[in-house]
Amino acid sequence: MSDKTMMLNLKIWRQRTNKHKGEMVDYKLDGVSPDMSFLEMIDMLNEKLIRDGDDPIAFDHDCREGICGMCSLMIDGQAHGPQALTTTCQLHMRHYNDGDTIVVEPFRAKAFPVVKDLMVDRSAFDRVIQAGGYNSIAVGNAPDANAIPISKENADLAMDAAACIGCGACVASCPNASAMLFASAKISQFALLPQGQKEAARRASSMVASMDIEGFGNCTNHAECEASCPKGINLSNIARMNREYFKAKFTNNEA
Amino acid sequence: MSQAATKSLRVYFSSSIGKKQIMAVTGLALCGFLVSHLLGNLLILVGADAFNFYAYKLTSNNLIYVAEAGLAFIFLLHLFLALNLTLQNKMARQDGYYMKKRTGRGATLASSTMPYTGFVILVFLILHLIQFKFGPVYSTVVDGVEMRDLYRTVIEYFAAPLNLTWYIFAMTVMAFHVGHGFSSTFQSLGFNHPKYTPTIKKLGLAYSLVVALGFAGISLFCFFQN
Repeated sequence: MSDKTMMLNLKIWRQRTNKHKGEMVDYKLDGVSPDMSFLEMIDMLNEKLIRDGDDPIAFDHDCREGICGMCSLMIDGQAHGPQALTTTCQLHMRHYNDGDTIVVEPFRAKAFPVVKDLMVDRSAFDRVIQAGGYNSIAVGNAPDANAIPISKENADLAMDAAACIGCGACVASCPNASAMLFASAKISQFALLPQGQKEAARRASSMVASMDIEGFGNCTNHAECEASCPKGINLSNIARMNREYFKAKFTNNEA
Repeated sequence: MSQAATKSLRVYFSSSIGKKQIMAVTGLALCGFLVSHLLGNLLILVGADAFNFYAYKLTSNNLIYVAEAGLAFIFLLHLFLALNLTLQNKMARQDGYYMKKRTGRGATLASSTMPYTGFVILVFLILHLIQFKFGPVYSTVVDGVEMRDLYRTVIEYFAAPLNLTWYIFAMTVMAFHVGHGFSSTFQSLGFNHPKYTPTIKKLGLAYSLVVALGFAGISLFCFFQN
């Protein structure tokens, strides 16, 4: 443990509810250890706010292990902060220096309304999943390993797509607030496997429709989503979704 | 067409993916037009007669009206969808960020300015039609056939340094637009492969440079003819 602590100037978005107007509020926080995670730093600020009789800052978090997809935050203008392939909870204060100013605001998209302060409602993602991000074929008990032959390449690609934790960083960083990286990861993860292919057309159709209804923007191929995805979901998934959607609309009867 | 097919098509054309695929197809078609236009313009380098004769052959064929209507349709569709998609994208984030930084691994200057460069191209196109197609008409005779002296219209236009500057500026803007657009069409149509995508990106860059330098080079040539 290093005993050198730092003082930080924080600019944090405060907003009472979705109905209230929000604003950036300046905080000074002293004694931040470089071993703290970013969220622990906000915990520390909140303890101070509570001691001072102020309203603590609301923010989303759950596992704090980088796997649940609950933490969010735009840190200095980047989703999950400046570290590539890192969720906010896995971002550590050792990347900052004494006296730094850090800007923290919520993920912003019409489909992700602010609940309070840094917390946003990402249930639009749940509804996109409900539209088809599942496999409804009953398969009985766990089959024997390798009973269904799957190529190593496709198994790897499906696994890569399945790494999506649904955090919404793709939407937050997209200049158009598009959810295509998220939707495409879910569509890909199933479309690459034989068990998922049976429903691929219906899935692509209804998930894209749901994504559009939720008010996410359109993809213009900037690749900011890929660059800010903490799980490294690749842009080729969006290309696969584009193919799957086209296929569904023009070669399938049920979609 | 069956009712189901009509419904399917309607859903496709109004969906986010359908629209961007139409953007891609129309954009790629317009890229093809640019190449044919550039090849025609290169005849300016050959000489007045060659260029005038080409323009005469092109415009005296009645099929030109079909081709022009098709081109106008493609352009207007591209324009209409661009407006529609851009407005939707603005709606998707009404409250902007206090601070937004590019990761440096994604968006580029070209990709982030598509609506603006597109607008410049639209203005350029309107002026371009007024200045050349509907510009001053002179007459010349090639091989005993009387035809429009478009060569003279072009050379006279580029005599003015301001016209030349605007033209070269517009070509630079176009280079940015197709620089992102060309490779983007492949991604939108679902063509993304670790083996080919890097080459497609380079091809897009090369295409935008060749087209922009080609047109700008010819305009400079015309300027120095005066």
